[in-house]
Amino acid sequence: MEEHLKPMPIKRKFITPGVLVLIIIAALGMTALLLRYIFGIGFVTNLSNQYPWGIWIGLDVALGVALAAGGFTTAALGHILHKDKYHAIVRPALLTAALGYTFVAVSVMTDLGRWYYIWHPLIMWNGNSALFEVGICVMIYLTVLYIEFLPIVTERFIGRVNLPGFLSAFNKSIDKLLRFLDRILDKTMFVFIIAGVVLSCLHQSSLGTLMIISGQKMHPLWQTPVLPLLFLLSAISVGFPMVIFESIISSRSFKLKPETDILKGLADIIGPLLAIYLAFKIGDMVIRKSFVYLMEINTVSVLFTIELVVGIIVPLRMFFSRTMTKSIPGLFIASSLVILGVLLNRLNNFVVAYTPPYATGPYIPSVGEILVTLGFVALEVLIYRAAVMIFPVISQPKPAESVSKYSVKGV
Amino acid sequence: MPKQSRRDFFKTTAALSAVTAGVTSTKIKAESKDYIPDKAMGVLIDTTACIGCRRCEWACKVAHDMPTASLDTYNDRTVFNEMRRPDHTALTIVNEYPGKELDQFPIDVKFQCMHCNSPACVSACIVKAFHKHPNGTVTWDGDKCIGCRYCMVACPFQIPAFEFDKAIEPDIKKCDFCFERTKVGKLPACVEICPNEVLTYGKREELIDIAHKRIELYPDKYIDHVFGEFEVGGTSWMYLSSKEMPKLGLPDLPRATAPGVSESIQHGLFAYFVPPLALYAILGGVMWINKNRKNSDTEE
Repeated sequence: MEEHLKPMPIKRKFITPGVLVLIIIAALGMTALLLRYIFGIGFVTNLSNQYPWGIWIGLDVALGVALAAGGFTTAALGHILHKDKYHAIVRPALLTAALGYTFVAVSVMTDLGRWYYIWHPLIMWNGNSALFEVGICVMIYLTVLYIEFLPIVTERFIGRVNLPGFLSAFNKSIDKLLRFLDRILDKTMFVFIIAGVVLSCLHQSSLGTLMIISGQKMHPLWQTPVLPLLFLLSAISVGFPMVIFESIISSRSFKLKPETDILKGLADIIGPLLAIYLAFKIGDMVIRKSFVYLMEINTVSVLFTIELVVGIIVPLRMFFSRTMTKSIPGLFIASSLVILGVLLNRLNNFVVAYTPPYATGPYIPSVGEILVTLGFVALEVLIYRAAVMIFPVISQPKPAESVSKYSVKGV
Repeated sequence: MPKQSRRDFFKTTAALSAVTAGVTSTKIKAESKDYIPDKAMGVLIDTTACIGCRRCEWACKVAHDMPTASLDTYNDRTVFNEMRRPDHTALTIVNEYPGKELDQFPIDVKFQCMHCNSPACVSACIVKAFHKHPNGTVTWDGDKCIGCRYCMVACPFQIPAFEFDKAIEPDIKKCDFCFERTKVGKLPACVEICPNEVLTYGKREELIDIAHKRIELYPDKYIDHVFGEFEVGGTSWMYLSSKEMPKLGLPDLPRATAPGVSESIQHGLFAYFVPPLALYAILGGVMWINKNRKNSDTEE
């Protein structure tokens, strides 16, 4: 058995040159965001009556949800299938999911014309609407993710509540509250973990149902009644690549040893998952005979081919190669390709495939839209960095004396 | 001659009844519960009669308290140089297309919300801000709308328009079939002002009969197609024309209703919440078994 790993807050300097770049991107993005809230959506975006949805929905929301799939796939692997080996990656994946979904919610709000009515779906239901289903599921799942994260907060602060000034009077009662929460959550967490997986399956697939109603406005290469299944399968197969991608980046950034053994284990699961996704995607194309649209070369057919070959087939081959999955660069490249494939897939489904009947030109995202999207990504990375410095998320070699009652908790 | 036409008559009747039998069965399937044949009203647009005076555009703006220039300015025919669409400033517009032959008059076509029998917007809307009324009208409720624009993604006719330039309370704008006017027995504003009887307001079922009768009477004038009779499950507004519909900006659409596939998927996945609950139960079972196995492993 190798050295014991234990999640601990990372102790490093927050500001680095890379972080400064991220802060600048985030600031630019937030400026564009501010303009959107002051002058309206039309001021910042290239959206129009022809193209009502752009990259804020296609990337910020749809891709955001897909790339946060690491949360439920690792929860299923670590807690439901009970593979203890993977506990070290459950917390980083959970943090990514919680942050990812928070930004999905913020992005939805940014795209809503009447953002201050975002709560309306809670009381005004439309069971026929795929969007209603997505909305409700995302709201509940976001709550579940925060609940799943709570034990990490209690672990960090039990016995360490130390508020400044007059607030210190509350130290004791807050500590009591945390201990109470910790006891309750310890017994009931399984309810939330299963709920998280079910909710994820529901809205990941319903996100695929969204575009079906657009009918022939959507290019036949993507418009298919099995879209919900394809969305679910692609979300499941991008979950672990995302975990690997992040793990390798954060271990580099924090100068930690990559968890090679765990990552290799994950890589062995990705191959079969990608194969299932590929089988359904090809099968759908053959049954609907939509491959005829690949015979001619245009933007649509090229993008579909890249999505299929670079995003699925190449990484599939790589994940089935032993030499590739043994090396960290190999894992990193293969995982990046899967992520790129899903990125392209969501962009294709929501933006590229959409051709309105009375289009006078194509939709090209504006500088403002791109700045907001990049700004959100930068902000997310910054908050992630801050969070792993405050909370015990990333597993590190354990100093012998620090074993306490709260060090062995899973989740 | 009379003999022949008599035989023709029988032939046509036989063919017609066969077609009707076939058509009725698809009709029942295509139309949703929203469509009430006795009450549904509609408008038949005879594009062969339209002279492109655009009075309907003016009347529509006046009826909806929207800013408009004076009626004289609508005589300006240069607007026909480009293809327009209804938007947040005009709920209906007229476009001009070249005639059948080079020497024939151009064809003017009025566009507005089609008021589908099974509206995609009503099905898609996350908060039920769209409502299909018994008389066929589809209206939008600003007190509910959150501005997500999913209705615009869903609409097969690219009709709902959004006020992109507004930061607060942007509206979705579309033709409301003059719901407030028809409620008190008035005609829709565009129908009332039309000087050439292009627009016929009436019960949808009767309009379909009228349309087919016109085609039958003037087979040289019209092509044999009532646009909106079957398209996306049928629409309240229907068109007659002398030229193929896709060439007049009326899209080639299937008979299946726009929200049909999406709704059956939604209802399949959530049939009485059985599938989600079943998934929950299965995952719970798997978790329990794996946990017990782990525990017995450590005990040994």
